[in-house]
Amino acid sequence: MTEHDRNAAAYWSANLRLIVGSLIVWALVSYGGGILLRPLLSGISVGGTDLGFWFAQQGSILTFIALIFFYAWRMNKLDKEFDLHEE
Amino acid sequence: MSQFAINLIFVGGSFALYIAIAIWARAGSTKEFYVAGGGVNPVMNGMATAADWMSAASFISMAGLIAAGGYANSTFLMGWTGGYVLLAMLLAPYLRKFGKFTVPEFIGDRFYSKNARFVAVACLIIASVTYVIGQMTGAGVAFSRFLEVESDTGLIIAGVVVFLYAVMGGMKGITYTQVAQYVVLIIAYTIPAVFISLQLTGNPLPPLGLFSEHTESGMPLLQKLDLVVRDLGFTDYTADVSNKLNMVLFTLSLMIGTAGLPHVIIRFFTVPKVSDARWSAGWALVFIALLYLTAPAVASMARLNLLNTIYPAGPTADAIQYTERPDWIKNWEQTGLIKFEDKNSDGRIQLYNDKSDSFKQVATERGWNGNELTVNNDILVLANPEIANLPSWVIGLIAAGGLAAALSTAAGLLLAISSAVSHDLIKGSINPNISEKGELRAARISMAVAIVVATWLGMNPPGFAAQVVALAFGIAAASIFPALMMGIFSKRVNNKGAIAGMLAGLLSTVIYIFLYLGWFFIPGTNTFDNVQANWLLGISPLSFGAVGAMINFVVAFAVSSATEAPPKHIQELVESVRYPKGAGTATGH
Repeated sequence: MTEHDRNAAAYWSANLRLIVGSLIVWALVSYGGGILLRPLLSGISVGGTDLGFWFAQQGSILTFIALIFFYAWRMNKLDKEFDLHEE
Repeated sequence: MSQFAINLIFVGGSFALYIAIAIWARAGSTKEFYVAGGGVNPVMNGMATAADWMSAASFISMAGLIAAGGYANSTFLMGWTGGYVLLAMLLAPYLRKFGKFTVPEFIGDRFYSKNARFVAVACLIIASVTYVIGQMTGAGVAFSRFLEVESDTGLIIAGVVVFLYAVMGGMKGITYTQVAQYVVLIIAYTIPAVFISLQLTGNPLPPLGLFSEHTESGMPLLQKLDLVVRDLGFTDYTADVSNKLNMVLFTLSLMIGTAGLPHVIIRFFTVPKVSDARWSAGWALVFIALLYLTAPAVASMARLNLLNTIYPAGPTADAIQYTERPDWIKNWEQTGLIKFEDKNSDGRIQLYNDKSDSFKQVATERGWNGNELTVNNDILVLANPEIANLPSWVIGLIAAGGLAAALSTAAGLLLAISSAVSHDLIKGSINPNISEKGELRAARISMAVAIVVATWLGMNPPGFAAQVVALAFGIAAASIFPALMMGIFSKRVNNKGAIAGMLAGLLSTVIYIFLYLGWFFIPGTNTFDNVQANWLLGISPLSFGAVGAMINFVVAFAVSSATEAPPKHIQELVESVRYPKGAGTATGH
């Protein structure tokens, strides 16, 4: 394995770790907070309803936006750190 | 000035703008036609993607569905936005690095097989054509209401306008037209919502108004709405859902389907760099979220306004007299989308849930003999400004916005279809030596044919719009998304695995839908009644796309591991799409 290959492999596994972490958050807010865990969160009230309803109609969308911008920012930085960015 | 003249000014003015942009941005080369020359700024591309993505379903139907279903229909909000997270992380940057014009081209190259490319073309065309029918139907309805023409005439006008700017401009024209269409549709959607939020809660921002106090009653808006609907026998607006498995799978199908729809994916081929593809997905979601955060507020407020119109003194007092009904009810009665039948002959309009057994006794005590007003969910957004007594220019604006949503999506889909035919079918196999000029002509002819077919099918739709759209999402989720993802994240999946996986995912989904909704959507040919008791594990046909996608993954991995590994140069291709370095602009060779 050459130096270049090792560098590329490290870049790819850093990308995969970032994706897995982001998708865990993605699933937690939508399938978790918005659907499956709603009964557990019913005690926390938000503007006339509960936290689960807020996640389903607003919270998950806001989290999705934050996730994509975080991922783009991290990856564009990683591209440069590993010297794999475009000229 | 009459309402008709105002509508004409708004709709006509916005159309003139779109066509002017298309003439200014005429495409000269195949590259400009397919991917706008690969030089679109990520923010601008995000805006165009948002217009491309938000169709008549998002603009016209979605808030109506949420108003009717309450919390249970939050699935649309999460499903149609969450797909962008998948796109940004799992597909867009790598497909941009690959740098070709079309989705089937990637599948054909990565799985080194013309057959794989054909299967992908077939999935793409079925998914896009079924989706475009819904858009044309939506445009037809909006035209017939606001321009006061027959809905078939409205459809033909819509077809001609799409033809003019899509055929002439290609992706370059479409991109700039869609930026204009986004601006029109978002203004049209939010202005009435701001007015209504101010009227009901005093808060000018609808997403905050949704969770604020209802000024008139002093209690939270959603709590007030729960009380009103409960008094009429409906399920609470914020009530939880018992079939959680189905809710999860339906949301997942919409998310995977979003990430697998070819007209959305090709948008990411139009930006200059891989890093721009990542930003572009984020910007697209920001622009989409402006509408998607407003929609749930529109839904709950419109539901409350509607019930207040029918029961001015509250749901426990008498309903209004039919003869005193407001003008908007009269207008929509003419289209047949609102129907009234005085079942207990008391001259009043009783709107309540006559399917609830526990409410029957109350209804009998109040002398009611069944629900008397049927309101089509699809009119809610269009009728919203009239229900809230907003000025007539707002009504003209909403007409222009609804049409912008339908036409921008139709144009994007038609471009995906024409590139699949001219680039993947004709240049890819029938006549590889075709000149660039010839290919451009073939692309324009196939787009024209697709518009004629879509307009004709829009006049004779094979089923309800929701069913047709569900099929499009199911196909995209079960066939295209898994193939693309495995092509990038696995070096082991080979040609046989990919083809077997796509076919297994496609067929299982289509058959499951046909079993309940009728074979080829022909009414009355369904094998089982479409009720929850008959569904496999309680999974509705609309949610099956997620299961189809899982079948696709499992079959592809099983077949691949039983057969030989892909050749060395393919494994190198997979390596190369993973690293941004060395990406040129998109090419067709």
